Amino acid sequence: MADNLLSLIIFTPLVGAITIALLADESIVWSVSFLFSLLPLALGFYLLAVFNPDNNGFQFTEHYSWIPQFGISYHVGVDGISAFLVAVVALLVSVALLYAGCGDIRRRAREFCFFVLTLETGMLGTLLAIDLFLFYVFWELVLIPAYFIIGIWGSERRVYAAFKFVLYTLLGSLLMLVGIIYLGLAARKQLGAITFDLPTLYQLTFSKSEARWLFAAFALGFGVKIPIWPFHSWLPDAYSEAPASGSMLLAGAMFQMGVYAFLRFAIPLFPTVAQQATPLFVALAVIGILYGGLLALAQSDLKRLLSYASISHAGFMVLGLFALNRYGVDGTVYQLITHGFATSALFALTGLIRLKYGTQNLLELGGLWRLAPLMAATFMVAMLSSVGLPGLDGFVGEFLVLIGAYLKLWQAAAVGALGLILSAVYMLRAYERAMFGAAPESYKRRALDLNRKELAPMVPLVALILVLGIFPTPVLRRVEPSLVALLAHVYSAPAQLDSLPHENPKRSSPSGVAARE
Amino acid sequence: MIVEFPALNLLLLMPAIGVAFNLFFGYRLGRSAVNTVSVGVVAIAFALSVWATVKLATMPPGSCLQAQLGPWIYAGPLRLDVLLRFDALAAVMSLVVSGVGCLIHIYSCGYMGEDPDFARYFAYMNLFTFSMLLLVLAGNLLLMFVGWEGVGLCSYLLIAFWYDNPLFAFNGRKAFVVNRIGDVGFLLGIFVLFSAFASHGLWTLDFAEMRERAGLISPAIATIACLLLFFGATGKSAQIPLYVWLPDAMVGPTPVSALIHAATMVTAGVYVVARLNFLFALSPSTMEAVATIGTVTAFFAATIALAQSDIKRVLAYSTISQIGYMFLGAGVGAFGAAIFHVVTHAFFKALLFLGAGSVIHALGGEQDMNRMGGLRRRMPLTHAAMLAGTLAISAVPGFSGFFSKDEILQAAYTSGHKTLWLIAVVTAGLTGLYMFRLFFLTFYGKPRLSEERFAEVHEPPFVMAMPLVVLAALSVFGGLIGLPEGVLWGNQIGAFLAPITGRVSAAPAQAVMLLSAITSGVTFIGIILALIGYVVIPTLPERLAAWAQGLYRLLWSKYYVDELYDFLITRPVLFLSSAILGRNVDSLAIDAVVDGTGEAVQGGATAVRRVETGNVQHYVLIYLGGVLLIVGYYLLSALRH
Repeated sequence: MADNLLSLIIFTPLVGAITIALLADESIVWSVSFLFSLLPLALGFYLLAVFNPDNNGFQFTEHYSWIPQFGISYHVGVDGISAFLVAVVALLVSVALLYAGCGDIRRRAREFCFFVLTLETGMLGTLLAIDLFLFYVFWELVLIPAYFIIGIWGSERRVYAAFKFVLYTLLGSLLMLVGIIYLGLAARKQLGAITFDLPTLYQLTFSKSEARWLFAAFALGFGVKIPIWPFHSWLPDAYSEAPASGSMLLAGAMFQMGVYAFLRFAIPLFPTVAQQATPLFVALAVIGILYGGLLALAQSDLKRLLSYASISHAGFMVLGLFALNRYGVDGTVYQLITHGFATSALFALTGLIRLKYGTQNLLELGGLWRLAPLMAATFMVAMLSSVGLPGLDGFVGEFLVLIGAYLKLWQAAAVGALGLILSAVYMLRAYERAMFGAAPESYKRRALDLNRKELAPMVPLVALILVLGIFPTPVLRRVEPSLVALLAHVYSAPAQLDSLPHENPKRSSPSGVAARE
Repeated sequence: MIVEFPALNLLLLMPAIGVAFNLFFGYRLGRSAVNTVSVGVVAIAFALSVWATVKLATMPPGSCLQAQLGPWIYAGPLRLDVLLRFDALAAVMSLVVSGVGCLIHIYSCGYMGEDPDFARYFAYMNLFTFSMLLLVLAGNLLLMFVGWEGVGLCSYLLIAFWYDNPLFAFNGRKAFVVNRIGDVGFLLGIFVLFSAFASHGLWTLDFAEMRERAGLISPAIATIACLLLFFGATGKSAQIPLYVWLPDAMVGPTPVSALIHAATMVTAGVYVVARLNFLFALSPSTMEAVATIGTVTAFFAATIALAQSDIKRVLAYSTISQIGYMFLGAGVGAFGAAIFHVVTHAFFKALLFLGAGSVIHALGGEQDMNRMGGLRRRMPLTHAAMLAGTLAISAVPGFSGFFSKDEILQAAYTSGHKTLWLIAVVTAGLTGLYMFRLFFLTFYGKPRLSEERFAEVHEPPFVMAMPLVVLAALSVFGGLIGLPEGVLWGNQIGAFLAPITGRVSAAPAQAVMLLSAITSGVTFIGIILALIGYVVIPTLPERLAAWAQGLYRLLWSKYYVDELYDFLITRPVLFLSSAILGRNVDSLAIDAVVDGTGEAVQGGATAVRRVETGNVQHYVLIYLGGVLLIVGYYLLSALRH
């Protein structure tokens, strides 16, 4: 089993999707798809159990030739960075399916499940591919089901939102494709054979301007997906128009892909440019943190508020990423792992509020604590994780990101930390409007709290929010060796990892891959 | 000497057990179970604190007990453990937190006796006790920050406890946000310290290790770090400029005001400064800032307290003022005296709040002193307790507040801060005035309550009276742990704390006597003024207010600071977010670029509409095909070159 573990993880959801499509009995669609989503989850946990944390390279690799004339191979592998993300994505998909089945998706369930499971294959493939072309295929595969999930099951402006989403991401990813092909051709020129294999591509060298353009192409593709300000404007529409379960997938699971891709491909392939571009990306990250926070403050629609909050959170991740030191990147990866729990829970609860009380407008809501204490309490825990309360999972990532940023560029940490104030303001304001105060008269008749079925998807999320806030070290310890290897590759010298103030990372010449300019 | 003492884990976890019990079983098992467990866990925590303190007292000075629960955040060389440490400073604080906390929990059983949400209330109270104990026992700065934000959260939850009232909910949020502003400063202070110590190879933020290597830190770094940490302290401890949340926090249940907003949480800032005294000592300018902010806050809050009519608001401003004294003490280097004042303040301020709570409880929620008066006949016990508390806070010689406040003022004078000392002495007079104003308005004069309601006024039940009596005794005699040097057993608490906080050299005995006499004299003037104004000639204050109308309105409106902050900060931020960014930039400038591709969107939109009515799988294929076509085209054209 271990020989094909990763392929099993990637393709069991797709098998599930096909099964769903062929299923004669529509009434068991939900249970079948949920059961299928449990398979990659179980395999993901098995992977975590058997995965060797001391090995900093790729493990469980599978390498088959796919389209040999173009040098395209099916090459997958897992390291400390992706191992947890795989399990998290699998978990969030299961949770989203469980949630969607109890009221969120009422029509065309079969197609919905089909798309969700296809999406899962795409996301898992994206995380595990180490052949750039294979990665691109999975990357684009994600787009299609996401597009239909927004476009078919979304709310009023779903069509507009779906198209905006696709336009943006397609534009970004096509540029990235050009970059990928350029890399393959460069490999043919320099190494004698066309290849898209990531470890092999590390050996390539580029001129200064070549490397810049290539990095820009990748950065645009990934940056739109994260999104980095100012490429964010698809996000509020996509997140808020999608059905709640769709937002859970978009904001909880798919959200990680852009940041992950930066870390896996753009930065190690072009380490010199990445280091040079640091000020730009740190600046954009900080703008994103504040911009998202300020706009979240202005929203009266709860779902739109959460969408802008995601932009702010994305800013934190990019900040940590481009701190390009151990703490910042550690923090970003930890945020990638944990961000989905609170976010999914918040989007799910927003969906339930709309379902039960007919609105998600903060100006019309109120007093839900009196009517739905369980819902309010769950919301509270997720919200506190989202605002980074120490002791919950969100804080660990934010703390490491900020300390990494502080060591790199203290001004960025100082300004970015203002985002912590904004997050408290907009989240608590939303909470106050929705949960506190007196309930409007019309609600009193249907005082609906979470029932058992609705509580079920919340339980693992809340549990993980608590557990990963108190015990981050077991996770960090397994992530670190791979991260350290990656950063060592970026700097070609392990001494820079901590970027302490008495050292000056800029002075030492980063020799690495792109040094021969 | 460091001794492993695993019972510290239990001490910390007892209240956490209470939280879990109340949340999961509270409503099911009913009121008496909740009361028993909630009070029980805090009482056990107190007993364990006493045990640990006794053990600590038998060890050589400078020892500590410690317990390690495990690693928390390990990243690279960064090593942050869940490490609890019980030294003299932690001992004093945890005795206060669990001891006074236990009394207030007992009182709450009566005060919240009719509230249907008792389980939630006690869950929050236990969570608070847990967080506060974590703050006090934490062995490193970041773990302390967990407790620090945790108590802030509980404060928010308990201020907004009666969330049906939108104002209460708003005030809770205000408290959290203002604290968050301070906390960001605090966090940045942690970063400064972390990077400074890390460059010397220390990666733990551990207090003991930082203390050992404090000499490696440059004064400039120490100044920046301490100013940032102190900024955080002004948030939690309600000092200028971040005090504005505390008066509004008074809408929470009164035992909450007593525990969180008087006795324990708000003194956390003083605790942090005392805990990090080795760093503050490196930076004389920060010390000056601490002393000055403390003194100015003390005076400023005292003047506001003169003109308030809500009994709890007066007490809130008196808390701000008293904490100002503590920071004055810390700022002039008398950290031990500051902590001593934390202790006595916990006694008398908890007493005053609980006494006020009895009054409010008896009057069915009435908090306006203009509708009280003459209550001493109906509530003799509460009256006596409040008298003890008022005498203690006014620092009348012999009562607990006298010893601690006097030690601070002595230290201020002998360290050469004569201006600050003078302001503090004037503030002592104001304290006597506004506290006795409160006391007389509540218990003396003609009843301003309607006949029927006055007749219904009653003494609190035993569960509420018992804590009052205990706290009254502590307020009267609690100062005996810190007598001036040379008197009987001398300054016991000062000697106990000395290995951690250091000691200031005492002034010559005659100077001590003279300084005490001056302070007490000013205090008595204040008390006599209150007696004249509120008992002898009750019309005097009104005439005075009419005569100095501008000043009175300024004080009554709290110097318009809330309005000022609203104008300078809140409104611009909201304007920026909703009017500028929300309406213009995001919806026009950036979106216009995308929407400019209008035709594509329109065309696509119709396609999706068709998809919706047609066979989806069919369109998936078309779409996939399209993507593959594009990919293939690029690949082929690229290959050709």
